[in-house]
Amino acid sequence: MSPGARLATALTALALLAAAVAALAVFVGSAELSPGAVARALTGRASAESVEAIVTLDLRLPRILVALVAGGALAVAGVAFQGLTRNPLAEPSVLGVSSGAAFGVVIAQVVGLGASVPEALGTTAFAFAGALLAAGSVWLIATAPGGLAVQTLLLAGVIVGIFFSSAITVLISVLDVNRLGGVIHWLLGNVAPIPAGPLALFGALALGGFWLVLAHARQLNLLALGEEAAVQLGVDAERLKRRMFVGAALLTGAVVAFAGPIGFVGLIVPHLLRGALGHDHRLLVPTALVGGGVFLLAADTLARSLIAPAELSVGVITAFFGAPFFIVLLRARYRAVL
Amino acid sequence: MTAAPLVEFVDVGFAYARAERDGRAFALDGVSFGIAAGEVFGVVGPNSAGKTTLLRLLTRVLAPARGAVLLDGRPVNTLGRSELARAVAVVPQDMPRPFPFTVEELALMGRYPHGPSRFFEDADDRAIAREAMAATDVVALAAQPFEALSGGERQRALLARALAQRPRLLVLDEPTAHLDLRYQAETAALLARLNRERGVTVLLVSHDLNLAAEACDRLLLLGAGRIARLGAPAEVLERETLEAVFGCPVVVDKHPVTGRPTVQLAWGGGVEGERNR
Repeated sequence: MSPGARLATALTALALLAAAVAALAVFVGSAELSPGAVARALTGRASAESVEAIVTLDLRLPRILVALVAGGALAVAGVAFQGLTRNPLAEPSVLGVSSGAAFGVVIAQVVGLGASVPEALGTTAFAFAGALLAAGSVWLIATAPGGLAVQTLLLAGVIVGIFFSSAITVLISVLDVNRLGGVIHWLLGNVAPIPAGPLALFGALALGGFWLVLAHARQLNLLALGEEAAVQLGVDAERLKRRMFVGAALLTGAVVAFAGPIGFVGLIVPHLLRGALGHDHRLLVPTALVGGGVFLLAADTLARSLIAPAELSVGVITAFFGAPFFIVLLRARYRAVL
Repeated sequence: MTAAPLVEFVDVGFAYARAERDGRAFALDGVSFGIAAGEVFGVVGPNSAGKTTLLRLLTRVLAPARGAVLLDGRPVNTLGRSELARAVAVVPQDMPRPFPFTVEELALMGRYPHGPSRFFEDADDRAIAREAMAATDVVALAAQPFEALSGGERQRALLARALAQRPRLLVLDEPTAHLDLRYQAETAALLARLNRERGVTVLLVSHDLNLAAEACDRLLLLGAGRIARLGAPAEVLERETLEAVFGCPVVVDKHPVTGRPTVQLAWGGGVEGERNR
């Protein structure tokens, strides 16, 4: 089967899976609605003020969309960071980039940016700057004369992550707790429903980052051969690296601004896809967009129903699965190296 | 040589920045030579004599500080990146393998400079990559991940990628470094065949003097960044010159079958001679 046909098959399967999980998610929740009531709201046969309409259309549907966009963006950012650093364990939270973005968001909160569309754009700009700062720091720390070292890169990511987390803690401690009341909850990573305007902005930013990475997917394959080999095959390696930095930081920044620092999606999803499709970035980038969305939506549905009527943060769920997953991958990798 | 050379180095000089120089290649200084189309040309010399630097200058990984590197009479740094990669293909010693790409995926990567704006390779690309894999006998390994291959198979897979670029100049960096005798012989035979049947010009960069003597029409001997000798293998591989460049005593002989020069260390007696000097 040609790569194009394999991509089409994988995308179709993932889209069907997304539809199935979304259908499940819209019927599940802490408000006890009968399937009939949800169906009435979805088909517009319930009055706009009814409980089923408000819960289904203003809470559950936007939340499903946020989960799909955030999950897709995180998984694509994971693939981009993995290609950029040539390390299959790289990922926004592992590299400390999510923490950098979160620091940017807290700064935005401190300067008083709210939830309107222009203010959300401002918050994303802060998150983007924080993500770039963290990613740049990790890159500089881990760069040795022979290129990026696997172990150094992951250590640098952990250190940078701890640094920005501490900076966030300092800001929260010094500042008025009431004004930053929602921050603690947000820091755990939550896909809360957001209004249509900011949601559209979120989608547009994620799509922009996705396009940037997708357009360079073939070059990312060549970069895996080493920078010198990529240059000798006609790739402008420096420009490629700069653009992947920007694309991955934009995706991470947008997710952190709109949903908080949700970890490990960019590790788990690309790894599962690598097992099924191989390592061609042209197959991984588009399938990560859909697969990441499905994964986070499933995790969020779990977060909503595990301890109902209370809710877990989806970031707790992804970390709960992601941390052991990371350990297994790390051990497998070191066995291969040693 | 009357026709314009395919590759020409004109008084090329290069020095690494201070931080990079430690333990790495020295500068090149005043290097001028040409490689004619259809030739098998070898660059030999001791470690850090500037062989790798020369290769990097040719492939635009580095830019010369002085002089010019020309391809078809045009400075390589004025060519488009893809344009250069369509003319010059490099077979590295080995490659980093963060992701286990298959042999076929690897060969297809050689098609990038022929259509950088294409998202997937087209049917022509796939046919040419297939043909390149057939030429180096790795078709049966197409679906294998690169790292599952033996040293000789890896070499042939990397050569297939380079051939898929359809280059006019094929550059080989230490092609036999990881190979046992049989694969060395196969690689040498394959290069000779590609040169003879397809008219591919070959640049062989190696510290294996005997391989270079057998495979090459002409040799360039580099010593500490300068040209020590340039000419036919028999003119270049000469005892006094080699002893001066490599700093150790050698024995130069003639190969009993091919008549080409062979070089060996003058083990016991030579070391004695060194002491007497």
